[in-house]
Amino acid sequence: MNFRRLFALAYKETLQIWRDPRSLAIALLMPLMQMGILGYGVSLDIKHVPLCVYDQENSQQSRSLVQDFVSSGWFSISRRFEREADIRDAMDRGSCNAAIVVPVNFSRTLAMNGTAPVQAIFDATDVNTTNIALGYAQGVMAQASAELATRWAAAHGIQPSLVSQIDLEPSTWFNETLDSRYFIIPGVVAVILALVGAQLTSLTISREWERGTMEQLISTPVTALEVMLGKLTPYFMIGLIDAGFCLAAAIFWFHVPFRGNVITLFTTSMLFLIVVLGIGYLISVRIRSQLGASQVALLVTMLPTSLLSGYTFPIDQMPAAIQALTLVVYARYYVTILRGIFLKGSSLTDLWMPIAGLSVYALLIIWLAARAFHKRIN
Amino acid sequence: MNAVAPMVVAHGLTKHFHDFVAVDHLDLSINAGEVVGFIGPNGAGKSTTIRMLCGLIQPSEGSATVAGFDVGKQAEAVREHIGYMSQKFSLYGDLTVRENLRFFSGIYRVPRREIGERMAFAITMAGLAGREDTLVRTLAGGWKQRLALGCAILHRPPVLFLDEPTSGVEPEARRRFWDLIHDLAAEGVTTLVSTHYMDEAEYCNRIALIDRGKLIALGSPRELRNLPLGGELFEIRCTPLGAALKVLIQAPGVVDAAIFGDALHVVLGVNHKGKNTLSAADLPNFLAQQGIHAEPAQQVLPSLEDVFVQLVTRGQEERDMS
Repeated sequence: MNFRRLFALAYKETLQIWRDPRSLAIALLMPLMQMGILGYGVSLDIKHVPLCVYDQENSQQSRSLVQDFVSSGWFSISRRFEREADIRDAMDRGSCNAAIVVPVNFSRTLAMNGTAPVQAIFDATDVNTTNIALGYAQGVMAQASAELATRWAAAHGIQPSLVSQIDLEPSTWFNETLDSRYFIIPGVVAVILALVGAQLTSLTISREWERGTMEQLISTPVTALEVMLGKLTPYFMIGLIDAGFCLAAAIFWFHVPFRGNVITLFTTSMLFLIVVLGIGYLISVRIRSQLGASQVALLVTMLPTSLLSGYTFPIDQMPAAIQALTLVVYARYYVTILRGIFLKGSSLTDLWMPIAGLSVYALLIIWLAARAFHKRIN
Repeated sequence: MNAVAPMVVAHGLTKHFHDFVAVDHLDLSINAGEVVGFIGPNGAGKSTTIRMLCGLIQPSEGSATVAGFDVGKQAEAVREHIGYMSQKFSLYGDLTVRENLRFFSGIYRVPRREIGERMAFAITMAGLAGREDTLVRTLAGGWKQRLALGCAILHRPPVLFLDEPTSGVEPEARRRFWDLIHDLAAEGVTTLVSTHYMDEAEYCNRIALIDRGKLIALGSPRELRNLPLGGELFEIRCTPLGAALKVLIQAPGVVDAAIFGDALHVVLGVNHKGKNTLSAADLPNFLAQQGIHAEPAQQVLPSLEDVFVQLVTRGQEERDMS
């Protein structure tokens, strides 16, 4: 192991990355684009469901109820109608997914009975969205009912506590606003680092074989270990820059609460980078065409990371066999670590399990990568 | 040369690729300061042999040492002592002349205080003064080859392996390249250089002819020329060439005949002159009887190409018989 040779390789590789528009784009533009697309595009929240309103009564009380829907933030009124048939039309055309119909005698019934029916109609072609919207609607109604009940009770001289006997107080920790973005963005960081890291390094060896420069390189006294470390060093630096960028975007742009320690964040990110760069390097050694290597790298990073890391689909809701499969998906450990650091402020000791998982992975990959490259022509 | 151990020695060096025998029990010994030309048709096993000697391919059988180190077991030590130019141009096209040189200086661990001087030497040698900051991929073939040689000798290796360094390079640039090789040889560098240009064989101290993985002749250009062709060589211009070849190859007294450019090269036996064997003077008449127009035959000194064709054909006939 000679540091001059290592440095010569690292410097050469840096120059080549700097002069290759494709590598530069992967290194610098891809994280930016992915962060934008995944950060904004992937959200499990349903906000501003287009709502049609057919307020037959149009009283102060009915308007207040409609306002409750709007101010919840989950619905936004797209149209107001005067006929029931219009609702059907709007649903057919897709201009609204939900509708509420307030009956003509709403406030009178409410005043007399203390309760009054309101009709809510949902377009259930998208079951998922409907279920969530339905949940939101019930939430809005429950809150509105509670307030009305309190007022009704007061008006009738009944102790409010007797009316609302059961008062459910849901308490959510760590992601208080139940914003799925907080849950997803740390996962997005993992996806981007895996994708970019493996993409970049997957080309580093195959490019030299393809261009014929490898034969020259292996005729020199350079060792396989020096080739690996010399080539991976610049990509490690790029990976750290990308990690810094993605994490900064998560905190300052998407406002994901950051409760942990920056050092914990970077040590674990470095561990993850070692794994993804190592995987890309292994692919590059095995597959001697750049195109093939890049496609395999895409396959082994993108698919497992986006499907099995738990970044969007919770692992504990997967079938047992798939859950077992996720244990070999290196990204799941990093996703767990990132969520822990971001949302719970977990420390290294809290996260010892996923860190141990990732470390075992890193050691295995380094071991395989160091043995993979031979200075021989097949 | 002093009585020093040879710089390159191969004993029964063999390489199989599955069923195909690329190099077949090759024996070779090259002394320090010698320039040996490796000549043979494409696919004869020149590159495979050179790659084995550089430690890039593990031999299937046999052994070889370079600068005293075993190519199989001490490949890294071998690589410290060699400069290699592969058949395909193999510098970094997206780096400049200077960056390539600096990279290989680092890889070869050229002593720091000598880097400047050696890089300057390589630049001058390649004729690239003033173009140090040009991207290598924009250079013309001859410059690229000279720069590749410059990179391969930055660490002053005692042995150079050059695999078809002049292929695809214009003649003037080829000549300049050979001048460089001779300059290096004068300093004691041992060189094994493969080529498929026959004229380049003349620049070598010794020539190794290789065909189908077998070394079929080894000697100085003069020795090879005098290799008994089995007779005297004559050139005869005649039309049509193909018909003349068919007739002559079976004629009494003719050892061999081959088309050479727009004429025939005919080897006439010297030792078994009899009544019904042909002499050079008989050739035009003999051909005329077959309806072939021919000019008088001229004796020629065999070119290396003749020798080579002769040896390859003989080898084939021997194979056919066995």
